[in-house]
Amino acid sequence: MDEKDKNIEIKQVINQPYKYGFQTQIEKEQFPCGINEEIVKLISSKKNEPDFLKNFRLKAYKLWKELKFPYWANLTIGKIDFQNITYYSIPKQKKKLNSLNEVDAEILKTFEKLGISLDEQKKLSNVAIDAVFDSVSIATTYKEKLAKSGVIFCSISEAIKFYPNLIKKFLGTVVSSGDNFFAALNSAVFTDGSFCYVPQNTICPLELSTYFRINDKNSGQFERTLIITEKNSKVNYLEGCTAPQFSENQLHAAVVELIAFENSSIKYSTVQNWFSGDKEGIGGIYNFVTKRGLCIGKNARISWTQVETGSSITWKYPSCILLGKSSSGEFYSIALTNNYQQADTGTKMIHLGQKTTSKILSKGISCGFSKNSYRGLVKIGSNAYGSKNFSQCDSFLIGSNSLAATYPYLDIWNSSARIEHEAKISKISEEQLFYLLQRGIKTEQAISLLINGFCKDVLTMLPLEFSTEADKLLSLKLEGIG
Amino acid sequence: MNKRLLTVENLEAFIEEKKILQKVNLKIDENEIHVIMGPNGSGKSTFSKILAGHPSYKITGGNVLLGEKNLLSMEPDIRSHEGLFLAFQYPIEIPGVTNYDFLRLAYNQKQKYLEGTELDPLEFMELTQNFLKKLKMKEEFLTRNLNEGFSGGEKKRNEILQMLLLKPKLIILDEIDSGLDIDALKIICEEIINNKIQKSSLLIITHYPRILDYLKPNYVHIMIDGEIVKTGDNKLVEVIGKQGYEQFFIKI
Repeated sequence: MDEKDKNIEIKQVINQPYKYGFQTQIEKEQFPCGINEEIVKLISSKKNEPDFLKNFRLKAYKLWKELKFPYWANLTIGKIDFQNITYYSIPKQKKKLNSLNEVDAEILKTFEKLGISLDEQKKLSNVAIDAVFDSVSIATTYKEKLAKSGVIFCSISEAIKFYPNLIKKFLGTVVSSGDNFFAALNSAVFTDGSFCYVPQNTICPLELSTYFRINDKNSGQFERTLIITEKNSKVNYLEGCTAPQFSENQLHAAVVELIAFENSSIKYSTVQNWFSGDKEGIGGIYNFVTKRGLCIGKNARISWTQVETGSSITWKYPSCILLGKSSSGEFYSIALTNNYQQADTGTKMIHLGQKTTSKILSKGISCGFSKNSYRGLVKIGSNAYGSKNFSQCDSFLIGSNSLAATYPYLDIWNSSARIEHEAKISKISEEQLFYLLQRGIKTEQAISLLINGFCKDVLTMLPLEFSTEADKLLSLKLEGIG
Repeated sequence: MNKRLLTVENLEAFIEEKKILQKVNLKIDENEIHVIMGPNGSGKSTFSKILAGHPSYKITGGNVLLGEKNLLSMEPDIRSHEGLFLAFQYPIEIPGVTNYDFLRLAYNQKQKYLEGTELDPLEFMELTQNFLKKLKMKEEFLTRNLNEGFSGGEKKRNEILQMLLLKPKLIILDEIDSGLDIDALKIICEEIINNKIQKSSLLIITHYPRILDYLKPNYVHIMIDGEIVKTGDNKLVEVIGKQGYEQFFIKI
């Protein structure tokens, strides 16, 4: 097999069609396209929100108008017409939902097709799921079981209604409404998302999970997630996403805020598989996400794990602010880009407290004509005595037209800090491939095996329920046989 | 009656613009041991890689049959399934992939090809444990990453473990003795002979005769500059041991 044939074969292996590209036909209620103060007010009043939230939105909208689009990333972004997006789109329902039985059968079927069962009988026994369809949360499972242990897990709309004090106290405290262009936009128009509150001395008995689905063609999804763990508590949270296949680019601009108090721990895992555009790079989701966690108490711990395989553009830097003494932050990432996908992703570890530690492990895989950049900041504040960071950023190139870049930023204000950074870049070696082929392992399986090996340190960080899914997803993207 | 296992006729190959094999002829029957000897750079290892289907080489002439099938038209993984096994001089390290996962995948792929029974992780563990015992290998060997951080001896032993699992018909040993001390070499050679399936044949590539103390060849071939210039029996080994390869250079 000569070089050309091999390249063709490798291409076939990594160019698997997107399996979640269907759209559900459903009656919906939506606002006209575009954004202005009236639309923001309308969203708020449609959701019967308290005044503090309406004001939060309006303030954010004003800030957004002043903010500039973030062009600094290593991304080529087509013009986004913010007046051509629907900011509110929900499936039409005749009355308020009391149970799953009243959810539109079409929507339930959609989630079934995506492999997410909301059915009481069939759902995963140890994972509670909040399912978000376009702008609204459809259902949250296992609410009662969680409530028994004192854990609140519901859509953020419900939280605003039933726990307004918690929302008022915490919303926007980690990612302020004027933090950046997309965070401001989200703060103005977010429609739903998940809320989780784990009280003191409680280990959340289930894994919590939110599944996001963008269905409507012109609607953007602006979800907002807020997770709080009080003293001595712990939660594992999983997030998954898909969208139908359209030739237009769709916008997804989420904000996720995590707050961990003394001796508590939040583990947040994402498998992102938004539609990534077709082979020519037409269509796909523009994914501009602000995720940040605050370790506010002593020994608090926040861990981000992400597997990013979808989206036409990914702009995402899940970060940790390490304020509490001896608190720790972790970031584990796999970003796989193919065709004309672009990813500029990484993290920020802001060490403010003493003896704070952070670990960054990033694996980027670029195929086709894609661009894959790691961008990470490690900041050690002047009071962060004895703090430590370890970073490792590895890139893997497949083919000769893709691009990998690493932008590590170090900002050190305390000389007692210990910072380590490792980076390497590799290609699939012909000898590795030949060795595996000689043992009867087909090219596509061999590539998949090599990529899995490359990503292993991160894959093992995922919770069990997710690591199988992520494994499957990587294989799907890489293997010839579905 | 032993059947013909490998037929190489007038094989000619290039790497880029350079001719590296010319008119190679070789016939191997079942249950035979052949050795190809020659100085460094004579094309012995290249020949073994070409038989296994390495993509860097271009075949410009000749035929190769494995049994009665055209070997050259098969992809490398199919050649493996059809019974060709190459024990590498330098087994490749694969980070992040456990030896166990790799072995099971290789085993099951072959089973699938032969329409045999694929084994689940537990069944496969049982099978592998037997072979580990035979090779005096520890079980922790399986959970380590493939060849990563293995010593020279461990790598070679791992090649033999793969051989035992895949039950090949034609076993090519490319410089299996490099990186092995004399005791380890002896053990490995014994294990190969004791555990290879009946009627399978060995093609040994080496430039040191010492391995032939343990694996007694039926035929000895001398390769110089990509050509087999002399074929004989075991006695040829002694000649080379004493006089080196120089005499063959003169002939061509």
